[in-house]
Amino acid sequence: MTKVSMKVNGKSVSGEVEGRTLLVDFLREGLRLTGTHVGCDTSQCGACVVHVNGEAVKACTMFAAEAEGAEIATIEGAANADGSLNVIQQAFQDHHGLQCGFCTPGMVMSAAALLKDNPRPSEAEVRDYLEGNICRCTGYHNIVKAIMAASGQDVSAIAAE
Amino acid sequence: MPKDHGIGASSKRREDVRFLTGAGNYTDDINVHGQAHVFFLCSDLAHGRINGIDMAKAEAMPGVIRIFTGADFEAVGGLPCGWQITDRHGEVMKEPKHPVLAHGKVRHVGDPICAIVADTLDQARDAAEAIELDIEVLPAAVNMKAALQDDAPRVHDDLSDNLCYDWGFVEENKGAVDDAIKSAAHVTTLELVNQRLVANPMEPRVAVGEYNRGTQEHTLYTTSQNPHVIRLLMGAFVLGIPEHKLRVVSPDVGGGFGTKIFHYAEEAFCTFAAKAINRPVKWVSSRTEAFMSDAHGRDHVTRIELALDGDNNFVAVRTETLANMGAYLSTFAPSVPTWLHGTLMAGNYKTPNIYVNVKAVFTNTVPVDAYRGAGRPEATFQLERVIDKAARELGVDPIALRRQNFVTEFPYATPVAVDYDTGDYPATMDKLEEIADIAGFAARRKESEAKGKLRGLGVNCYIEACGIAPSNLVGQLGARAGLYDAATVRVNATGSISVMVGAHSHGQGHETSFPQVVAEMLGIPEDQIDIVHGDSSKIPFGMGTYGSRSIAVCGSAMVRATEKIINKTKKIAAHLMEASEADIELKDGMFAVAGTNKSVAWGDVTLAAYVPHNYPLEDIEPGLEETAFYDPANFTYPAGAYACEVEIDPETGKVSVERFSAADDFGNVINPMIVSGQVHGGITQGIGQALLEACAYDEDGQLLSASYMDYAMPRADDVPFYAVDHSCQTPCTHNPLGVKGCGEAGAIGSPPSVINAVVDALQSGGHAVTHIDMPATPARVWAAMQAS
Repeated sequence: MTKVSMKVNGKSVSGEVEGRTLLVDFLREGLRLTGTHVGCDTSQCGACVVHVNGEAVKACTMFAAEAEGAEIATIEGAANADGSLNVIQQAFQDHHGLQCGFCTPGMVMSAAALLKDNPRPSEAEVRDYLEGNICRCTGYHNIVKAIMAASGQDVSAIAAE
Repeated sequence: MPKDHGIGASSKRREDVRFLTGAGNYTDDINVHGQAHVFFLCSDLAHGRINGIDMAKAEAMPGVIRIFTGADFEAVGGLPCGWQITDRHGEVMKEPKHPVLAHGKVRHVGDPICAIVADTLDQARDAAEAIELDIEVLPAAVNMKAALQDDAPRVHDDLSDNLCYDWGFVEENKGAVDDAIKSAAHVTTLELVNQRLVANPMEPRVAVGEYNRGTQEHTLYTTSQNPHVIRLLMGAFVLGIPEHKLRVVSPDVGGGFGTKIFHYAEEAFCTFAAKAINRPVKWVSSRTEAFMSDAHGRDHVTRIELALDGDNNFVAVRTETLANMGAYLSTFAPSVPTWLHGTLMAGNYKTPNIYVNVKAVFTNTVPVDAYRGAGRPEATFQLERVIDKAARELGVDPIALRRQNFVTEFPYATPVAVDYDTGDYPATMDKLEEIADIAGFAARRKESEAKGKLRGLGVNCYIEACGIAPSNLVGQLGARAGLYDAATVRVNATGSISVMVGAHSHGQGHETSFPQVVAEMLGIPEDQIDIVHGDSSKIPFGMGTYGSRSIAVCGSAMVRATEKIINKTKKIAAHLMEASEADIELKDGMFAVAGTNKSVAWGDVTLAAYVPHNYPLEDIEPGLEETAFYDPANFTYPAGAYACEVEIDPETGKVSVERFSAADDFGNVINPMIVSGQVHGGITQGIGQALLEACAYDEDGQLLSASYMDYAMPRADDVPFYAVDHSCQTPCTHNPLGVKGCGEAGAIGSPPSVINAVVDALQSGGHAVTHIDMPATPARVWAAMQAS
């Protein structure tokens, strides 16, 4: 067992992990931050996307020990300081960008990373960026729309309902 | 102005807040104190005889608590099948035992052999690797046609062959259908494959079993679309646990699409093992295990003939289908290729003669059962493909050919045993032509051609039978369950309401849409009403969510229960205002006496029911809680028309969907935003089937597509924005809300238009291609272009 320490959602945490413990398992089982989900075993689905030192990372692709000293942001820390939904979360609700909610935390964290680098992405850029996030419910229509809306673009011309 | 609350409003979903903040409560988020973990050692062979299992080394490994095998389950039942088909010769289907853990033989890749229970999952996995299996490899029955040959390997040694049933529908009509086809002016024939798919909800299945020695009560947390059904099937048929000692909880469930309807071995195992080892037992499926153990969908091979008279009127349809059951009968598997498929072969058309033959086949593959649409996509695909092919052979416009043959008078009794109550197929087609801008297609094709691309337009209609189902009818057809649903409306003293429903929400947004109905009926704000679902100890006995049934069946029960509440509260209000009950009107949360200015508020009446100091106790009981069970009088019949435009790159054969439009008639709509979302998701699954997805086996029965590396799920860049419309509304005539259901329409209606568009594009490029099987991958399309 190895001791790891990191900052998660602004809070210093530490724990004992095996060498093979994945970051996603440490977050879910060690810290009980169960908002980060596991939807596959091949790093395809993106339900486990978190931010590591500001970059979007699939938390199933790194060991917890590799996150030693890192700053981790998960969906649990995404809302505004007053607890209200942040602009991306709010856009997902406003535009019905989620159904069962299982892929949603990863989608929101990926969207945040996209908008940080590309504040006004085109439809094609959003679709291309989401290649690593699978949703089985929404057909992506409202996810793409929500992310474009969150970037401040007028989405009223996109088929409404 | 669109409504901002109640029926017809696009109320934002209240459940979103917890899902968007990581506060959902999915089954894998549940850890029970002291739980052990189970890992299933599954067969990596399609077919084999188990000659020995040496567990000595594994049992001595760290953390291992106990290893179970099939022998431990000899005394309990097999996993039951909920539907019995009677074949065309009057014989009942073959129904082999489906053991919880394989015993004697393994019959598909993924068949569980040993269940290793250990302190941690890693310990259980490590121990699994130390188990020595002695399995004699047997030849496998994989291909359905080959599996029906006399010399085929038998999946079940105690059965005479691999034929589960040979179903004819309607058998008495066969002669007339044969005659009509013989004397027809034109017959179009098409052979096609409706390939095997995997539902792939993003949340893999999970089960946690718990046993309380003090009360002798079992609890199962499971990723189910219908916790009461699991409680009944597992309790009564597998483990022999009486219902009152068994609680089944399905909390937030991350998508289902049918594959979480069924009762699975892992649920029974965790429930059984928790008592056996006196510790809670948790199982979490990996994605690869999901590919090997979730019931698959579709897998039909079909030959269809459409006969037309000299005026292009449809005179007969005849189909022959081989339907794959897999190695065992999953919960509702036998009903899918029969009653959910054959009854839809009239489509939107007044074809007078229809005959459907289905042979269901056992093979050494994962069991096949309902997947979004379940039988109806298979019916729609073959019918709408053969109509398109006929239009091309006859040189007529495919839309005009469909319009000419539409059913236009309702109610309409089809020759395949169902009665359409309402519909307006010309209107949905008009709407489709408008939103898809069919008139502008020629110009768009020119633009594509200028870029060196082939462009095709495909159109189709669909109809489905939803709102499953009238119990007395399905009972005659072989269902071993009733298919009603139930709701309890509990009004609290201060006027807030909890509605306990049998339906289960796993993406459908019931927590938002169901309160819209109650709020509309009572005139109180939606946020005073909560929906409780997914826990057999809290909700009345309802059958759950599948078959686009929730609002049509459970919603109707909720309306009936709310009507009982209204009747009772009016009596209380009349007493409080010393007025006649007949004069009481409920509006905007106030009870008023007609023709006076006397009124009492909703909250005053509800308080009086719980603090009955001034209350007609001699006439009515205190309290405000009512339950209704609703059994539908008929199916509902959503219908619509879809259009797809594709571009094909002739250099690579890659098909891209450029436009997709859907005009649906769902009857009345409760929440248009949610309804559109359901259609979007269904269309994408349909495009996935048409262009991307295939569950593949090799000839030895090895599963080739067992991860997202091999099974092509639709990604965001595989699809465009959609144009969807549900303004054509012919309300259902037999349920109180006039609703039809919308959950499966997109998946049913979209594959044929995609393939019709691919064929149209290829023909526009001079390729004599009349059909291409799904998925129309670049390799397939390119090969078809080279061959023609």
